[in-house]
Amino acid sequence: MIEVKNISKEFAHKKVLKNISIKFEQGKANLIIGESGSGKTVLIKTMVGLFNPDEGQILFDNRDFTSMNYKEKKEIRKEIGMLFQGGALFDSQTVEENVIFPLSMFSEMSESEKRDRANFCLQRVNLVNANKLYPAEISGGMKKRVAIARAIAMNPKYLFCDEPNSGLDPRTSILIDTLIKEITEEFGITTIVITHDMNSVIEIGDNISFIYKGEKWWEGNKSEILKSDNKELNDFVYASKFMKRIKVGL
Amino acid sequence: MTWLTSLGRYYILMTRTFSKPEKFSIYRKQIIKEIENVGLGSLGIVAIISLFMGAVITIQSAFGFESPWIPLYAVGVASRDSIILEFSPTIVSLILAGKVGGNIASEIGTMRVTEQIDALEIMGVNPSGYLILPKIIAAVFINPFLIIISMFLGLFGGYVAGIFTHAVTSYEYIYGIQYDFRPFNVSYALIKTVVFAFIITSVSAYHGYYTQGGALEVGRSSTKAVVYSSIIILLFNVLITQILLS
Repeated sequence: MIEVKNISKEFAHKKVLKNISIKFEQGKANLIIGESGSGKTVLIKTMVGLFNPDEGQILFDNRDFTSMNYKEKKEIRKEIGMLFQGGALFDSQTVEENVIFPLSMFSEMSESEKRDRANFCLQRVNLVNANKLYPAEISGGMKKRVAIARAIAMNPKYLFCDEPNSGLDPRTSILIDTLIKEITEEFGITTIVITHDMNSVIEIGDNISFIYKGEKWWEGNKSEILKSDNKELNDFVYASKFMKRIKVGL
Repeated sequence: MTWLTSLGRYYILMTRTFSKPEKFSIYRKQIIKEIENVGLGSLGIVAIISLFMGAVITIQSAFGFESPWIPLYAVGVASRDSIILEFSPTIVSLILAGKVGGNIASEIGTMRVTEQIDALEIMGVNPSGYLILPKIIAAVFINPFLIIISMFLGLFGGYVAGIFTHAVTSYEYIYGIQYDFRPFNVSYALIKTVVFAFIITSVSAYHGYYTQGGALEVGRSSTKAVVYSSIIILLFNVLITQILLS
């Protein structure tokens, strides 16, 4: 479980996160939703230590990440997998080398063991016959799947996904969402997903936190979100005509 | 941003770069890869420039020494000293600042804006150590070899040009490049080369590492890397020369 307590963060005298407290449960897909610029990415980057919070605590299974030094944080990070918006695959390495990279860096596995593990992870994300290709040679959806495979290679306890289905077609989008959900349940990972895709919310949202102008505005699950009477949340959820039609049908 | 802030950030980056590597075997592989990129990748341009510059230096020396009072072997002496003391270590390093430095800044800058550096950090890898240290070690190791090759090719280019233009005879040129030869001049050139190699890689890596934005900023970082490393090379050239030759 990950817990953030009263997190605040300011950039150039502008408060981006305001006193946010959320609990992210293990084995569940915890979604953070909100408009662009609401502070979702800053929150996730603060949680993994790319930004230091001005106030508050981040607890990884009751271990206070905020009070740790650089070395201690590095140890916690070995338990973290992260899927970036653009995949963040290493351009100079093949698909297989990308997945093997964390294993080479932090495990004592032999070359064949590393290759087996990489193949297992790639098969788990339904990616076969792409091992020798470079990131520039594969599609956006495939890049996301390779990034997931790399993120789970070290058996992480925590998985962070920053807009995993941005720029993908609806079908691939659902594939990625389903994959994240399956992996979360299968390996008992604490997964945090940033999204503003309502399809993802309905598909995989076990716990949902709505961030509005840097504050946690609403909290609930996928069935509660459609019935909420929170104005700002409804403006976000029912922004599209399609969602408005669903609301009328409810 | 003031130059003092930049200096502080450069110092912090270098402290992190020279911290203990996570796994030596991975760094060793990276160093070998970088030696290939920095060294072998630059061999062609260094060879071409050295041959032609050596030729031009010899022709210009011969043109300047057209006097019955100056012996012809002085052309060889002047070419040798120009090539060993200044052309090979400084001018070739400035060319490498453009080629290698620009490449390093754009590579690391692209990794920054595409979140590859963030990905390394989150994995628990020290990104500056993993990305920058192998480049510095590779350049500091391989550049002296490149400069030695440049010296030989420069002298050879001068020899060929001298013979073909009848500016100097083969005997006089060879006698000239051996006349009053001081081995310390080569040491001085190699000391400069090592310092310049460190400047090229670390300053360029600094500009790439702190890139913010997108493709436009990567280009700007690359330009800044070349400009700043060239200026710093010129400053250190004066400083080292004053310390070692005065």
